[in-house]
Amino acid sequence: MTTSARADFGAMVLDAGAEPEVAASCFHCGEPCQESRFSTAQKAFCCQGCRVVHDLLSESGLDQFYALSPKPGIPVRRQKEVHHWRFLDEPVLQQQLMDFADGSRSRVTFHVPSIHCVACVWLLENLFRLNAGIGESRVNFARREVALTFTPDRVKLSEVVALLASIGYEPSLTFGELEKAVVNPSRRQRHWLQIGFAGFAFGNIMLLSIPQYFGLDSFSGPAFTRLFGWLSLVLAFPVVTYSALDFWKSAWLSLRQRVATLDVPIALGLVAIYGQSIFEIASGTGEGYCDSLCGLIFFLLCGRAFQQRTQERMAFDRDYKSFFPLSIVRKSPGHGDDQRVSLSQLQVGDRIVVRHGEIIPADSTLAAGSALIDYSFVTGESEPVEKAAGDYLYAGGQQVGGAIEVQTVKAVSQSYLTSLWNHEAFRKTNNDLNTLANIFSRRFIWLVIGVAMASLAFWAIQGEAGRGIKAFTSVLIVACPCALALSAPFALGTAQRWLAGANTFVRNVHVLERMARVDAIVFDKTGTLTSAGAHAVRFEGAPLSSSEQQWICALAAQSSHPHSSRIHESFGAAMRIEPVSDFRETPGRGIEGIVAGHRLVAGSASWFRSQGIPLDARAVRHPSSNSGGIVHIGIDGRHRGCFQLGSELRADAGALIRTLGEGYEIALLSGDNERERERFASLFGSGARLHFNQTPLDKLGFIRRLQQAGKTVMMVGDGLNDAGALKQSDVGVAVVEKVGAFSPASDVILDARQVPQLHRLIQFSRRATRVVRFGFAISSAYNVIGIGIAAAGLLAPIVCAVLMPISSFTVVLFACGMTSWAARRSLLSSANSPSPSHLLSSKTQR
Amino acid sequence: MSVILILIFASLGMALLFVAAFIWAVKSGQFDDTLTPSMRVLGEDPETPRPAAPPIQDRQPR
Repeated sequence: MTTSARADFGAMVLDAGAEPEVAASCFHCGEPCQESRFSTAQKAFCCQGCRVVHDLLSESGLDQFYALSPKPGIPVRRQKEVHHWRFLDEPVLQQQLMDFADGSRSRVTFHVPSIHCVACVWLLENLFRLNAGIGESRVNFARREVALTFTPDRVKLSEVVALLASIGYEPSLTFGELEKAVVNPSRRQRHWLQIGFAGFAFGNIMLLSIPQYFGLDSFSGPAFTRLFGWLSLVLAFPVVTYSALDFWKSAWLSLRQRVATLDVPIALGLVAIYGQSIFEIASGTGEGYCDSLCGLIFFLLCGRAFQQRTQERMAFDRDYKSFFPLSIVRKSPGHGDDQRVSLSQLQVGDRIVVRHGEIIPADSTLAAGSALIDYSFVTGESEPVEKAAGDYLYAGGQQVGGAIEVQTVKAVSQSYLTSLWNHEAFRKTNNDLNTLANIFSRRFIWLVIGVAMASLAFWAIQGEAGRGIKAFTSVLIVACPCALALSAPFALGTAQRWLAGANTFVRNVHVLERMARVDAIVFDKTGTLTSAGAHAVRFEGAPLSSSEQQWICALAAQSSHPHSSRIHESFGAAMRIEPVSDFRETPGRGIEGIVAGHRLVAGSASWFRSQGIPLDARAVRHPSSNSGGIVHIGIDGRHRGCFQLGSELRADAGALIRTLGEGYEIALLSGDNERERERFASLFGSGARLHFNQTPLDKLGFIRRLQQAGKTVMMVGDGLNDAGALKQSDVGVAVVEKVGAFSPASDVILDARQVPQLHRLIQFSRRATRVVRFGFAISSAYNVIGIGIAAAGLLAPIVCAVLMPISSFTVVLFACGMTSWAARRSLLSSANSPSPSHLLSSKTQR
Repeated sequence: MSVILILIFASLGMALLFVAAFIWAVKSGQFDDTLTPSMRVLGEDPETPRPAAPPIQDRQPR
């Protein structure tokens, strides 16, 4: 929740009795301090949690944390006890979590989403100062990971996690973490080595070539020329065989599949250059083109490195496993004791305990307890559903309220929701061969071969077969589309960086090309067009006094029901929490308690009636027009009014829909029921298709039908219920409230605040692809000049050596420059610079 | 002119040494994370003495 949202609400709800805003911001986390109770003489703190962390750090001599970045801390509102993490000490989990353990020392890697600045890195790497059992800890900032060693005799894994959580760096511990894709370091290392070799050979061969260009022969005779030639060949050998390996592989693959990709003419050109060089040097007829060859491979590899530096920390391939818990509590009928086991050990028929806030991991029936299941993430329904014993519970639902016992009916992977991942849409690998560069090279390659053959034939007819062969290879050499191959990586790579600056993370550059072709956009409703933020909380009734606000806030803070937390959050985190006595929660109905001597009741209308509290007519007169729900408030047996919890449209969502409606086919798919149909019908206009009560498979099918009708579809969604549609669509955009939070597998991860900017993002991708096309045109112009010289059989190595870098540099400069210019025009308000500033992100991204 | 030969092989030898150093650097994982070290240098060791137990050395790099 942003502070501005809180301020909006404050203006809406607080009456004249409100306290003036205190300007001080917390020394630890930078949030505004609403009261001075926690502050010391020198430093202001917003809450007890921040103060505790600060005191701990300064006692341990870790004051520097606050010097490294301004107010770097993460607010810790509620400390979790160590026993919360005890399940981590189970041997079965330890085995799966640890990277390495030999009894005296263990090593574990955690993903910690809240790492955000220099100070975080420093603090986490000095963790051993807070607990002597912890050894070395290393942070990988890009991946938001911390790897640490510890002595299991002195500190348990649960205590390590508890320590991390207590200072604000709670690791993410989900089922998915157990099988996280390990980025293969050897592959990255190979890329570095390939570039290194190419650069090394390029530089040294150039040194050997330059004397020849300026007439070495006249001073030293042909011996040096031959020596230099052979040295160049030797130096170029590892470049051709090792550095260019991926081009050979890719060209071979596309030949076998009979698809022309850009790598085919590149490979053809490389063969021609190296072959011609060997021939010239061996026969002593020339000095070869080894310098151009190595330069070309070096530039191509640089282009690849530029476009592959993707956002590592963004997980684009997450599935339900990242959402499910690491372990579950299983009831064992035999010996009575509850047992915490790894989720992978869960079997059909097991009886498990699901506590508040936990996810039901497999389809099951409710065995005991009163269930209130929040399916919002799974189905898009915005309201929690009450369930009675024996009812069927779908996997993915989140229990709200007390603990329940459920009996599993299906295996984790076969459950209603998770079976979506067995759908064929998830088996297709999105191997996009229809890139701009490949489409271009399909025409290009035939043209080049045609010109090469024609010049061979021409000179053969003229009776100069030798010149003909030279012309033939020269054409292939010059036509090697190096500059062309650099246009797309640099233009789209730059675009990717600008988008990251605007909190829009694109899986790879091909996504941008597809995004530019989009002509139909499908929206999810809950969480995408609507947001459930605090600003959607409105009080109906006579304005509350500031002490009444405090009481209600205190009562709401006691319960973990989503309604309570939203009311609690709407008051701002720094509202003073008064002690509550006699607190009682009736699941599905409401909460009550005594605050400052007053009896407070909050809950549903029916509960109020059953308690004999008459509802104030004013509140009843305002039936909720939206889906969020109503919480009635009673103070001392009198109905005081009600809170309306709206699922409000995101700011500017209406404007976005209208703008997009002009250029695209738009549609709405919602898992929610029809109660908001009219509201969205007026928003989307009469022509748009609105579908409610959609299951995940319905959504997937809808996207597929659009695609069969020839549309390029962009799906914008947020929950697991959209996962199928996101996967099926050409561009799946996952909307996240905070970057780094869970999002289903997608092509683009979009910060929720950027949703209103969506049309600008699409516009920008179009401009970026236009830059790529212009880059093609420029490099083609160079090729035409080069081919002209080559077909005449006049290509000298020095021409090649000059033309190749010039064409590459101009194309790279043009691609980067024009894309940045387009970014400034399209993303104006939202973008920062394309520098790594998006990595050194502000705390709002947490 | 044979001095040129010596110079060329000397320079190539130097260059090969650099390549060898580069290979070692890549293989030892120095290029695996190119972002965090730039942040790591900004922090200093606190002045308080290290705890009695020496930090455990990591023998098994991943």
